[in-house]
Amino acid sequence: MENRTDKNSYTILFAIGMVLVVGALLAFAASFLKPNIDENKRLEKQQNILYAMGVNENDESNANFVSTADAPELFKKYIEKQLVIQGADVVEDKEAYLIDVKKEQTNAKAGNERKLPLFVGKKDNKTFYIAPIRGKGLWDAIWAYVAMDKNMVVQGVFFDHKGETAGLGANINKRFFMDDFIGEDLKNNGTFKGIDVAKGNADPLNKDKSDNEVDAIAGATITGNGVSAMLKSELKLYVPYFETLKN
Amino acid sequence: MGLLSKKDAQLITDPLADNNPITIQVLGICSALAITAELKASLVMAISVLFVLGLGNVVISLMRNIIPSKIRIIVQLIVVAALVIIVDLVLKAFAYELSKTLSVFVGLIITNCIIMGRFEAFALGNGPWKSFLDGIGNAVGYGVILIIVGFFRELFGSGTLFGIPVLGDPIAKTGLYAIGYENNGFMIMPPMALIVVGIIIWIQRTKNKALIED
Repeated sequence: MENRTDKNSYTILFAIGMVLVVGALLAFAASFLKPNIDENKRLEKQQNILYAMGVNENDESNANFVSTADAPELFKKYIEKQLVIQGADVVEDKEAYLIDVKKEQTNAKAGNERKLPLFVGKKDNKTFYIAPIRGKGLWDAIWAYVAMDKNMVVQGVFFDHKGETAGLGANINKRFFMDDFIGEDLKNNGTFKGIDVAKGNADPLNKDKSDNEVDAIAGATITGNGVSAMLKSELKLYVPYFETLKN
Repeated sequence: MGLLSKKDAQLITDPLADNNPITIQVLGICSALAITAELKASLVMAISVLFVLGLGNVVISLMRNIIPSKIRIIVQLIVVAALVIIVDLVLKAFAYELSKTLSVFVGLIITNCIIMGRFEAFALGNGPWKSFLDGIGNAVGYGVILIIVGFFRELFGSGTLFGIPVLGDPIAKTGLYAIGYENNGFMIMPPMALIVVGIIIWIQRTKNKALIED
């Protein structure tokens, strides 16, 4: 029987069989588990949005979300309006938080007008405008939920990433980095400028909130540059809407 | 007489020291450099590899007589990839938080040369039980080194272990930092992982002269 597995016909049949079996197995697992996975992702979005506007269970130094069990209820309580901005049109949409920013970015590249979701939340009589944005890190996608007041001053932010280096770029979702953004002005003398994740700025404790800079993470230069670029290019799209709030 | 015969026990104990996949076989170095800046990441990676290598070795061993030798490497790759993807999907559905920690490693597990190395060198020629033990042994040997490297890199690089500050607060200058100690930022860069692994290899070879090659 020694030669049996060396035959070309056997090899080809084995390859086809293997692909069919493994393919079917993976397809089955993926579709069987999809409802659970989608539900987890939906709750995570609610948790992220709430986190940005300060509804979270942070302890001394760690970032903690509200529990998944509480998230839907708190989301209803704190998020007053969900808007979809498309050009000059602003419409309310109760499921704007399910808009896939990645798909919208691809859509926009194809020349279509992009749908920009924006969530309006209210907590302790303060109004928060929370924008979901997405960009590129070193290895893969990074994304953020940025809560601003009506003057585009950052009130809170939540960063996350798909596959940045553990211990370096992956630290963008840690509080020591995210908390630095709170209070930073996205504008400079009234024009939109963004916030730079800057190396070697002279303000490591981040006391200067109007310098459009926060301190970078050592060893995570490219992830940091990705964060800067994402904030700049994505939040710029929201500027026309914020202009209308001034009246 | 224990649970394992002497030969079987060797399958587990050998890779822990004298035939360690990282320090002796010099396999799996890429992931050892990439993810050991933190102890927690090292531990998650060690456990993931333990699971995948143990199970993968058994699957390959069961299939060893029907795998065509011409395409065996691709077959091994598919088995690993399928295993890792299924584990990732199950975690995403039932342990979402954990899956987020792990998703970074999925690609690194699939391409980990220890896994392919053990499939090729051991599971293709041995029975499922022996292959299982060999998988466990090698994964533990790999994990031990990862955890040692992660321990030193996180301790000296960030002053924390599992994210918990152990040397005081570097910004408020408490604990060791009060007397002028500083974190060594170089420790969290990948080159230091290589140097730490090098030091481990050095120590190991000083202790066991039999390992020194000409």
